[in-house]
Formats: sequence, C-alpha cells, structure tokens
Amino acid sequence: MRDFSYIAATTIPEAVALLGEKGESARILAGGTDLIVQVREARRDVDWMIDIKSIPEVNVLDYNAATGLVLGAAVECYKIYANDAICDAYPSLIDATKIIGGTAIQGRAGVGGNLCNASPAADGIPPLIVLNATCVIAGPNGERELPVEQFCTAPGQTALQKGEMLVSLKIPAPESNSSSYYLRFIPRNEMDIAVVGAGASVTLDAAKETIVSARIALAAVAPTPLFAEEASALLAGREVSDEAINAAAEAAQAIARPISDMRGTAEQRTHLVGVLTRRALNGAIQRVQEAT
Amino acid sequence: MARRSHVQTTINGETVEFLCEPRQSLLEVLRDELHLTGAKEGCNNGNCGACSVILDGRLVNSCLVLGVETEGKSVETIEGLAAPDKLHPIQDAFLENAALQCGICTPGFIMSAKALLEQNPNPTEHEVRYWLAGNLCRCTGYDKIVRAVLDAAAAE
Repeated sequence: MRDFSYIAATTIPEAVALLGEKGESARILAGGTDLIVQVREARRDVDWMIDIKSIPEVNVLDYNAATGLVLGAAVECYKIYANDAICDAYPSLIDATKIIGGTAIQGRAGVGGNLCNASPAADGIPPLIVLNATCVIAGPNGERELPVEQFCTAPGQTALQKGEMLVSLKIPAPESNSSSYYLRFIPRNEMDIAVVGAGASVTLDAAKETIVSARIALAAVAPTPLFAEEASALLAGREVSDEAINAAAEAAQAIARPISDMRGTAEQRTHLVGVLTRRALNGAIQRVQEAT
Repeated sequence: MARRSHVQTTINGETVEFLCEPRQSLLEVLRDELHLTGAKEGCNNGNCGACSVILDGRLVNSCLVLGVETEGKSVETIEGLAAPDKLHPIQDAFLENAALQCGICTPGFIMSAKALLEQNPNPTEHEVRYWLAGNLCRCTGYDKIVRAVLDAAAAE
C-alpha cells in the first residue's frame, strides 16, 4: 500500500487544523472500510490519514423523542440498529444499516462515512434524505449546517470545503403517524451493491388514510443519490391509493438518469425505480398503519 | 517513509508491543510482525472475511483496520481460541461436521461464529446464514458450516 502518515486527532479543532494544513493530501479516517481499500488500490492519493474516532462529538448517538437524533459521523452501523428507540423512530435507517456490507463491515462502517464516501449507490444516504437529515460540518470558520440532499456533488465528491469535516447528522424527531422504509434491488440475498435503491418516508393523517407529506429518495440512478422532490410533493394531501403511489413512482422515474454498467442497464434501472418507489412507499405506509 | 509507530495492544489476553508503519493493516501486523498466521489474506478488500478477528468485542475484517489503530485495544484471533489441551466447542463442531475442506476460510468463519454466539447464543439457521454472509467459502457449499455453528450453539 502507498505510504502515508497517521494521526489520531482528539478534538474537532485539531482535526480541522490538520485538514487545513495538509489540504487535499489528507483524508478523514472513520471506519476505513472504503478509505483503506481505496488507498490500497491506488484509487485515492492520501498522504495523511486523520483518525477521528477519539473525538467525542463524532461518537455521539443521542436520541430524544422530542428533539430527534444526533448521529455522530463515526458511529458504526451496529450501534445504530442495536438501539431499540432508533429502530422504532427511523426504520428506514435500520433497513439500510443492516444491509451495508456484512457483519464485519457493520462493526466498523458508519452512516457518516457512507455519506462522505459519496457513492451514488450508497444505501445509507436515501434514508438520511427521506428522514430530513441535516449535516453538521466543522471547518476553519466554525460550524455550518447543510441539508443532506445537498451534500454529495458527484461520485466520490462532496460539498465539504478545504479544512471541513462532517461532525454529525441531525435527524428531526418523527411526527406522529409517520414511518419510513428503504430497500434496494440486488441479484443476491446479501453482500452486494445496489442496482437501484429507494427510500420513502410518509406522514399520514390521524385516520391513517390520507398522506399529509412524503419524501422519496433514490440511489444508483444518477451521479449522486437523489431527493425526488416533485414525486414527493405529488403525494401531499392525497388519499392512500394505488393511483397516488403510481403517480409518485412515475415522477420518480422521470428524474432517474441511470447509466448502464455491469450491475444493470439504464432501462432496467429506470424500471426498478418505479417498482422500488412503490414498494418503499407501501412499506412506509404499512408501517404507519400497523403501528398501534 | 512514514515513521514506524510503537503500538501496545492486547492480543488473545496478552499485552503485546509492536512497531508498524501506518500503512500496515492489522492483518499484516498479525501475520508479518507477530507471526500469528491464523487470520488469512483472501481478497484484502473486505469481501471475503478470511481475515476476520474480534476487535474490542466486535467482528472486523483485519485487512480493513490499520495496525496503528489498535493502540490500547483488545484483539482476539483464532490462535487464542483453543485451550492447550482442548479445542473450543466451535472448533469441535467444525471437525464433527466436516465443515471445512481447504481450510483457508475456516479461521475467519470460526471467529465470526464466535462473535455471533457471544451475542446470540441460540441463533436460527436464517440468523446464522445472514451473520456469516461476509465470510466466503469456495469449497463446502456452506451447509456444513451452518450446521456446525448450530451444533456449537446447541452444545454450549
């Protein structure tokens, strides 16, 4: 593997100063399940790895039913799905964290790293989008926040500027009569990369018959994960029905601009966007309706 | 070349000190520096699980951990499993079920199974198969491995 130096930062200011000083040659190391492979395979030129796992703020996993979730950037997948309150509040996040790699990957990899790796096919990102997550970013000029759907800018590229790092993700508390769902299509049962992924969150009225609001997000059909904003807006105020769900699925298909590669053709992916969007919406609605 | 770092860690219950370069993975440290060759290099990118070890109680791929990251941590490898005169029940179950052929994947499967049974002593077949999905075996077809893990769970 390429030679590089390793520093374990213990505070945010220390990590930010190092990032500013080392510039493009530095990368943040959290779980390392993407970064170490990329460096080993010479896909990223890294001279400095800045390990953030000793920084308290990136290890926060704090759920409060009134204020929501603070998910530190380095919190591993297994800690997320081991938390019963988080499982109840954000089921789409659980759907995703349980299928990112296998057990050994989930012991190291986190959703924050999944986001910063900025793969178009990342399973962790559509749930963050449908759950309305906000990125908390630290940099040389202090802290700023960014809606998660604006974080990825191209494959492997993010909105992080020089000297900036992701500290945590803030997810609002779930509204009553709401739930969420994430699924992907893969030709195997496990351990694979999404051909297409789709997430949905819905809030229903008290009778659980009308959609108050919804959010739909897609993976692996564009250079970045997508927030299907128009498709989501179509559902507001609609009665729960196949007609409404089909209309949203068609609108989601309209924004997909997939490529053809070894995992699937553009045509198959566009078809899958329709199927998976319907399933994600129906899955989220069913979770609301079955909750007591 | 980046300076070699001094690292102190606990491996199979014993305090161990070693020097390593930042670019050396835990797998390379185990095999090349400490001569613990039980963990195997298969894919070296996190797909095959042949290098599975337990780090601070969690199953990890040692090829995806840097040696320098293990400062102050606890590592369990296949070498620490058996008592001097007695195999671990999971090892016994693998032998009884003939759950190995070439053996390259076996240390990883056994460490993975150990991590499973520590947190779920009575897994279903479905749970075993999903837990072990990150460990690949090109010989057995998996059935015997799954049966061995279920037998080990029943025996413990």
